Amino acid sequence: MRYLPLTPDDREAMLAAIGVKSIDDLFVDVPGAARLDGPVDLPRVAGELEVERALGAMAAKNATAGTVPFFCGAGAYKHHVPATVDHVIQRSEFLTSYTPYQPEIAQGTLQYLYEFQTQVANLTGMPVANASLYDGSTAMAEAVLMATRVTRRNKAVISGGVHPHYVRATETVVHAVGVETQALAPAIDAEAAVIDQIGPDTACVVVQTPNIFGTATDVTKIAEAAHAAGALLIVVVTEAVSMGLLKSPGEMGADIVAAEGQSIGNALNFGGPYVGLFATRDKLVRQMPGRLCGETVDADGERGFVLTLSTREQHIRRDKATSNICTNSGLCTLAFTIHMSLLGETGLRKLALLNHEAAVKTRDALAAIPGVEVLTPRFFNEFAVKLPKPAGEVVEQLANHHILAGVPYSRLAPDAGMDDVLLVAATEITTDADIKILATALAKVLAN
Amino acid sequence: MSTMNTVGRPTTPNAVESKPATLTGGRGLLQNEALIFEGDGWGKTGVDLPEPMGNASDLGNLVRKDPIGLPGLSEPEAMRHYVRLSQKNHAIDLAIYPLGSCTMKHNPRLNEKMARLPGFSDIHPLQPQSTVQGALELMDTLSHWLTTLTGMPAVALSPKAGAHGELCGLMAIRAAHRAAGHGLRSDKPRNKVLVPTSAHGTNPATAAFVGYTVVEIAQTEDGRVDLADLEAKLGDDVAAIMVTNPNTCGLFERDILEISRLTHEAGAYFYCDGANFNAIVGRVRPGDLGVDAMHINLHKTFSTPHGGGGPGAGPVVLSEALAPFAPAPWVVNTGDGFKLVEREEDEAGQAFGRLCAFQGQMGMYVRALSYMMSHGSDGLRQVAEDAVLNANYIKARLSDVMSAAFPEGPCMHEALFDDEWLKGTDITTLDFAKAMIDEGFHPMTMYFPLVVHGAMLIEPTETESKAELDRFIHAMRALAEAAKAGDKDRFKGAPFHAPMKRLDETRAARQPVLRWTAPDGSNMAAE
Repeated sequence: MRYLPLTPDDREAMLAAIGVKSIDDLFVDVPGAARLDGPVDLPRVAGELEVERALGAMAAKNATAGTVPFFCGAGAYKHHVPATVDHVIQRSEFLTSYTPYQPEIAQGTLQYLYEFQTQVANLTGMPVANASLYDGSTAMAEAVLMATRVTRRNKAVISGGVHPHYVRATETVVHAVGVETQALAPAIDAEAAVIDQIGPDTACVVVQTPNIFGTATDVTKIAEAAHAAGALLIVVVTEAVSMGLLKSPGEMGADIVAAEGQSIGNALNFGGPYVGLFATRDKLVRQMPGRLCGETVDADGERGFVLTLSTREQHIRRDKATSNICTNSGLCTLAFTIHMSLLGETGLRKLALLNHEAAVKTRDALAAIPGVEVLTPRFFNEFAVKLPKPAGEVVEQLANHHILAGVPYSRLAPDAGMDDVLLVAATEITTDADIKILATALAKVLAN
Repeated sequence: MSTMNTVGRPTTPNAVESKPATLTGGRGLLQNEALIFEGDGWGKTGVDLPEPMGNASDLGNLVRKDPIGLPGLSEPEAMRHYVRLSQKNHAIDLAIYPLGSCTMKHNPRLNEKMARLPGFSDIHPLQPQSTVQGALELMDTLSHWLTTLTGMPAVALSPKAGAHGELCGLMAIRAAHRAAGHGLRSDKPRNKVLVPTSAHGTNPATAAFVGYTVVEIAQTEDGRVDLADLEAKLGDDVAAIMVTNPNTCGLFERDILEISRLTHEAGAYFYCDGANFNAIVGRVRPGDLGVDAMHINLHKTFSTPHGGGGPGAGPVVLSEALAPFAPAPWVVNTGDGFKLVEREEDEAGQAFGRLCAFQGQMGMYVRALSYMMSHGSDGLRQVAEDAVLNANYIKARLSDVMSAAFPEGPCMHEALFDDEWLKGTDITTLDFAKAMIDEGFHPMTMYFPLVVHGAMLIEPTETESKAELDRFIHAMRALAEAAKAGDKDRFKGAPFHAPMKRLDETRAARQPVLRWTAPDGSNMAAE
């Protein structure tokens, strides 16, 4: 087998050095009843070619975003990733390194994490960011838990504009700890409605901008209302590129930002792995979950970087840790930071504007179709439309015509009574031809 | 003292010690690389984009006006920056990564190639299911391999890392107890989780996180769960035990069948931390041991990369009793296709919730399946055998110069030493580890498990050749002998030859500097 270096002779020599007769002698502690005599019932060893054929056949059954007019968003976005990104993350020294436990021989990883933290902090407009969490949804759950630790209060008010899957992922985890949540009803322009729900027991208010319907909101007033009541404002961002055009959560008064970083440097990957961005204010750093990289000096006084503040973490604190999280999103973090370094502020702003303009064009094309009503008042690169037919059926029919037209809101929240709402996203990859194909086909499907 | 040869060339090591510092901080191939924020990248970009029309007037005062603070690099500058950084990293492609309990095995490049097939990497998590049948088939196939290898009836794929898998398993256990009337807020709550003292930190952290009181189980002299202590602590208030098997001392729990029997008799569930499944894959099925839930770290057993600390993937296999409580989403093979069930209310309707926005770590599923299919069931059995053989070989070859924590009997996938043999040398486990760096090796896991003093936990994996093991053993023996011979300087200030000298971690924690800030406090620095 090509991944196993030991030869039969090696094995014999090693067994002799150990002083046993056979490999079975090393498994003597396994109770007899639990020992398998031979291989389990699965296919046997396979060469590269066979594996490529089998997996290639599965891959070929899927319609890929890059080959069709593509308008899906709702928390995962198709952007162009420069070739440099994927090349660098596949370098052996990055791809096959482990967690940087020995900083003297992990400065490559630690320095890019430090740069990543600074980029995320500046992008979100916050003073400090961690070295990433699993994804945006788990980052939101961690943000709510952190807010309860900081405020010593027990309730989260969640706007009806937050991604329904983020809400469920958060509820699942925080309810387990006994934190209460009040998730408001979905609405296109939902965020301001949280203000009336803030009370003396509110630990945090969670809003999303742009929200699941694409609506971009200035949340400054919500921040003021939350702070006046002693609560924290958590801002969720599912499309990181939006922060290249829209006011940052930090500027609007956020205390914690929980964002999905997939759009920068990372492929769609059918939902993962992605990269959770997590940023906060300086004074809350010690309540922050996840790994942190910090600056220090070595014995010669040279600047270097280490993982730090680990007294918050599970391997030190065990049952008193701030979170049970052990890993971060390593390689996805690297992809994010390389893409962001290539873009720079100039490129990011341009990219964000191109996204917005593509979405505006798409909106204009769809608004012209009889029976289609655009619902989202202000948006970045995604908006909601109301269709005269169930959005799920329309999307299926368009998929049969090789168009991925967007995400039906009912897919995320089947019981919300919004079966006619379609979420449509456009990015820099969207061409005028794509928009025309979508508009023409949608008009036809709706006319039939 | 320096001596010269006949042509005046210095010949002694002393001459080398007195080498002058370089003038620039660079050292041969190692460049002294500044942060991207310290260069001239402000205003620069390395991406050529079409010119936007520049119209965002509909957004009014939502538009971001202040500088963001993101420097840019042209493509050649970016390549240099990241390649220079990369050369300061240890990696499994350079040498053994003997981090017991964490470890890295060889990462096959076929996995990378497969994960990048557009049919897997360029599909959206919310595309119509009719357009992603191949992706759902892959998840179903992976589930089949995982359940067959573990002898368990069900698997929840979505947890995003091992610790997330622990959370998944414990939440399924909680849901099952609640359904049976023993929830945390019921009259007869099962509110305790028993965890051995040698457990990974994530075990007690997860149990506490989910609201359980953690009770430690004692360990026997020979490094296993103390059955008598377990029996005494089991009762109708215990929800679960969390036992790592093979455990973090690198030992198989000989009494595992008795442990699961006692646990089940007490009405509790057996959560197995599957971090060390790589030691037994293909030779033992956790389902045959009475396990109710076990996460599998795909990077550790099934070779997915863990570049610089992630991403992970922690699917959880579940017993019949816990399967109905698995979180959404999951894949169902309907006979004429595959269906992704995304609503917790659907099907049996007992799912405990959802753990993340989408389907979990698809990119890692592809890599893990690529690895499994490459090995096949016979190859995977050989994986466990070679992993155990390599660990025992290291233990056998080092036990005369170092002190094995549990000398009696074989170990499994990792060999555990204590610091007894360093007594009187004034050299600590940490010093020894840092000296290993100078010899070109990544140190082993240190000071874990907590039950062994000055622990040194060495896990080689099956992908090390005998020659590479011998090279490692040679270095370890040489260092051990130097330590015993009183060659303290070699250890106390080590590493001397790494890209950096020993880093001051205390200072980093006392005065945290977690981001770059402009020296003049200008707008490139937030607040």
